[in-house]
Amino acid sequence: MKLQINGKYFETSTIKGECLRTLLRQLGLFGTKKGCDAGDCGACTVHVDGIPVHSCLYPAARAAGHAITTIEGLADERGLHPMQKAFLEAQGFQCGFCTAGMIMTASSLNQAQRAELPVALKGNLCRCTGYRAISDAIAGVSHTQHSLTDKICGANIMAPASEDIVTGEARFTFDLAIDDLLHIKILRAPHAHARIIAIDKSAAEKIPGVHTILTYEDAPPRKFSTARHQDPADDRADTLILDRIIRFSGQRVAAVIANSEKNAEAGCNALNITYAILPAVTDPYAATQPGAPMVHADMPNNIVAEINSQTGDIDAAFTSADHTYQGTYHTQRIQHAHLETHGAIGWLDQSGTLRLRSSTQTPFLTRDALATLFEWPRNKIHITCGRVGGGFGGKQEMLVEDIVTLAILKTGRPVKYEMTRAEQFAASTSRHPMEVSVKLGARADGVLTGIELNVLSNTGAYANHAAGVLFHGCNESLTIYRCANKRVMARAVHTHTLPAGAFRGYGLSQTNFAIESAMDELARLTGLNPFSIRRLNMIREGDPLVSISTDPHDVEYGSYGLDQCLDLAEQTLAATPIPALAGWRIGKGIAMGMIDTIPPRGHFSTAVIRLTETGDYELDVGTAEFGNGTSTIHAQLAAAALSTRPTHIKIQQANTERLEHDTGAFGSTGTVVAGLATERAARALASKIITVAAEYAAVSLNFCQLHATHVVAGNLEVPLAEFFCIAKSLGRDLSATGHVTGSPRSVAFNVQAFQVAVNPTSGVINILRSIHAADAGRVINPMQCRGQIEGGVAQALGAALFEQLQFNESGAVSNPSFRNYHIPAIADVPTTTVLFADTYDRLGPSGAKSMSESPFNPVAAALGNAIRDATGIRLTATPFAADVVFSHFLDK
Amino acid sequence: MDLNSIENILIPRSRSEIPELTERDAFLAGGTWLFSEPQPALNRLVDLTNMNWAPLTLTATHLQVSATCKIAALAAFEPPHDWLAGPLILKCCRALFGSFKIWNMATVGGNLCLGLPAGPMTALAIALHATCIIWRPDGTDYTIPAVQFVTGPQQNALGPGEILRRIDIPIAHLKHRFAFRQISLTPEGRSGVLVIGMINQPSRLILTVTAATRHPKQVEFSTWPDDNTLTSKLTNEIPDHLYYDDIHGKPAWRKHMTGIFAKSICTELSNP
Repeated sequence: MKLQINGKYFETSTIKGECLRTLLRQLGLFGTKKGCDAGDCGACTVHVDGIPVHSCLYPAARAAGHAITTIEGLADERGLHPMQKAFLEAQGFQCGFCTAGMIMTASSLNQAQRAELPVALKGNLCRCTGYRAISDAIAGVSHTQHSLTDKICGANIMAPASEDIVTGEARFTFDLAIDDLLHIKILRAPHAHARIIAIDKSAAEKIPGVHTILTYEDAPPRKFSTARHQDPADDRADTLILDRIIRFSGQRVAAVIANSEKNAEAGCNALNITYAILPAVTDPYAATQPGAPMVHADMPNNIVAEINSQTGDIDAAFTSADHTYQGTYHTQRIQHAHLETHGAIGWLDQSGTLRLRSSTQTPFLTRDALATLFEWPRNKIHITCGRVGGGFGGKQEMLVEDIVTLAILKTGRPVKYEMTRAEQFAASTSRHPMEVSVKLGARADGVLTGIELNVLSNTGAYANHAAGVLFHGCNESLTIYRCANKRVMARAVHTHTLPAGAFRGYGLSQTNFAIESAMDELARLTGLNPFSIRRLNMIREGDPLVSISTDPHDVEYGSYGLDQCLDLAEQTLAATPIPALAGWRIGKGIAMGMIDTIPPRGHFSTAVIRLTETGDYELDVGTAEFGNGTSTIHAQLAAAALSTRPTHIKIQQANTERLEHDTGAFGSTGTVVAGLATERAARALASKIITVAAEYAAVSLNFCQLHATHVVAGNLEVPLAEFFCIAKSLGRDLSATGHVTGSPRSVAFNVQAFQVAVNPTSGVINILRSIHAADAGRVINPMQCRGQIEGGVAQALGAALFEQLQFNESGAVSNPSFRNYHIPAIADVPTTTVLFADTYDRLGPSGAKSMSESPFNPVAAALGNAIRDATGIRLTATPFAADVVFSHFLDK
Repeated sequence: MDLNSIENILIPRSRSEIPELTERDAFLAGGTWLFSEPQPALNRLVDLTNMNWAPLTLTATHLQVSATCKIAALAAFEPPHDWLAGPLILKCCRALFGSFKIWNMATVGGNLCLGLPAGPMTALAIALHATCIIWRPDGTDYTIPAVQFVTGPQQNALGPGEILRRIDIPIAHLKHRFAFRQISLTPEGRSGVLVIGMINQPSRLILTVTAATRHPKQVEFSTWPDDNTLTSKLTNEIPDHLYYDDIHGKPAWRKHMTGIFAKSICTELSNP
């Protein structure tokens, strides 16, 4: 068929049933993305004869004779389209996966539609930004700073990849063409607990194009955990690549490898599996009862991790208390919903080295895990990341690289596996659903006497992150309160359900919801306002940092800004007028949270920076860019140390071939660990350059100075490109390395405040005001950090208001699509006023602290507290959907 | 998404070219639902969009909407000023969960045939007393009232091989007063409850309830109802088990909001 794409004529063929998005990507137009593959997210938006459509729904054959415009065709000879420029100037993106579709949609809007973005953009989902930056882009608001009059750290520098993002040139994981590629499709189990009796492959093997079928008989016998941690022993090894025992509905049964996804899918459909169905337990309480079906044969009570610990004397604390409050809170199972699904592409190169390109937050740890699993030398495996389309903790797991490697080794061919959106929902990981009972005791004056937590965490079928999430959840959420008597009884329990895993906040969002809701109730009991009771009981700089253990640790007050955060939130909330809305109940609420800036027990990073022959600097860092914005931070930190402009820093990231080791970008470490490594490397290089310059010019170091494009040595002013050659001829190496071990660690704080209106008739919650105060140390890039916070608040609002994975009677996820698992669209997200405490961290790079996960954590409690204030109703389970909220009014 | 099981797409240009349908065939219109989920049971699509049916035709008595009329075309239609219910057309288009980009592909007939409880084109057709014109595979036609077309969640009255050809909306009904109420669990989300009230004759109220119920329900009042009559008639005609239960709204909430909306519609329309 003939069609016109971006002004050029193409003659091409299309497979029946194929959608236009696939056709475009096959033609090398990778700017058009596969996000949901179902017409919900808009990442694949293109124009057909000038009219915007979702190309994943558009039958490719129907495009014959039409003119298609993709993101690659939006710019013309005069340069970028105005909407591309606007997204650049407002930095209307983070990971950038949704951006092409967002721009293609926005560029088609008329004035009336632009005035009504909640409606006009309801077909475009962004998981990172919280939409404010996108609205600003469409409104033509500019945030990026072009002239660097101020200090580089603290300036609103645009992300290095900005132009590639807005033009569709940025290459994400799956944006490359490989010859001779084989594709994996996975057959997944329909039962929560079963044993595979037989797999009849005969019909599937006859399907044309089917190359290999992998079953449990093909998998290495070694068990591993999908969780990735610096120390692999943190997580119980309980997973096989393909297992004969099915422990959750959605678990892999077989992998069909074929020359196309179409044929691989046909192969899956032709497999005939005989199962012996076994009794399953899906409720975490039931799982701990005697006689409950065991999820793992070597774990009789299904309890995979347990805490039973206290400081002080909790019983005496409650006996002596004038006020006590006790409540039980439930948090539901939610999905990360990064727009780029899990997946990897890999091959064996001519030297027999395994090369994987993966959508991961942990390329180095995953390489190590593959080396162990397949008993391969570590230096014969290399993993790189393209730009990664969002993570949120979901990619701190090895969910695809194992099966891709097995397929490559079995076939000897390049292999690709890209999870479908349905698999992402039904068969990857989720946040841990938790039941948290909290008991607080206080004196008459409101001073806490005791805090007790009783936690039941449902970790699902496998133990990935079960213990880590449990311990972390019970740590900073308690440490933030100064109280001599604390007790935690907590269990992480296996059930025959989807495995839970690492999720933004890593346990803290669940416990924070319980503790901060309880604190609100305690404030009411003691007659204090929500700010006062927190000020009375929160840790102050210098107080011991104690959760439930007084053992020595490596967390310090590198800086402290919780007091400022509370003040900022209180002042801004107080300045918010209370509107009169007939028929609505108005109220306000707050919650606070704390996070250690780095995960415990070591988080390692190395950065290498060198001067290049162009006079620019090449920086190697181990962390991937997935919308966390660390590339921008790294460029700023390095540029500041080298007295140059960020554009002179060329970053190579997330490539195991270029560096020895990096723990990865998780636990909010992109700035405070990898950034610190970058800063150290850059500072070391700066002094090296000065030293060599001094030697070369034979002057004292005092007469040498490094500038953006040249180095001054005495009377000499040598351009850096020239200086590179000089150093080379002198045999002097102009590269430097920075190492960070992730210790000591500091503390960061967040305070969220809401004013809400609740409709007692419909149960609808309307957020009138959202305020977030953050203690991020010195903010390296305020524009970007603001976006990170807004995105965290937006994601948390989805979790607080409507997101929920649901299950059918056989234990399978019953809403595996964005149509039935709604994530916040622009209409769902209020504007959040973001305020920063004025602190400078002595441990972080240039005073910075982490600010990735933590904005998420206090949102649900703050919202619940505002609803309580408005209505008198204490909601103890998220999500606060209208169809639940209304029933509380009926009960009253 | 790619429909990997599809082996063939037929593009008939006239009724005689439409093949006899088998179990593994489906008619393709806009494709916005068919291409949104894997369709392993299908291996052939029959694309109706090249039948070149005029999207909208205004006759002396009816607004004829072809099944393949895109929602964008319906939304762009400018109703005459004396059609009091003219604005209902755009309100129903906007009640679609899909954005304006979906309007550019999705069809009015496709929305009815999909038969989702929240399908706003179904609500529009029923509220306006439209008639569905259906083609039988043998070349004959028949009609049914729109209220009988959707029979349950993703179920409709079409027999094997039958095609929804057209929805005819009587202009007389487009000239009646209406009131529209809709709620979703999220601000622009899928409708949990959609109630349309119309006054067909003086003092004669008809409520069309969709989204809340497993299939559309029309409740007619021969005299203007007071609150008690309204409540009791709704309770009688819409038994609890008919309220739909899915992630877009619990049945109790849908029932509650249906009652609230019915009352507020009644109040609005009782004012001259």
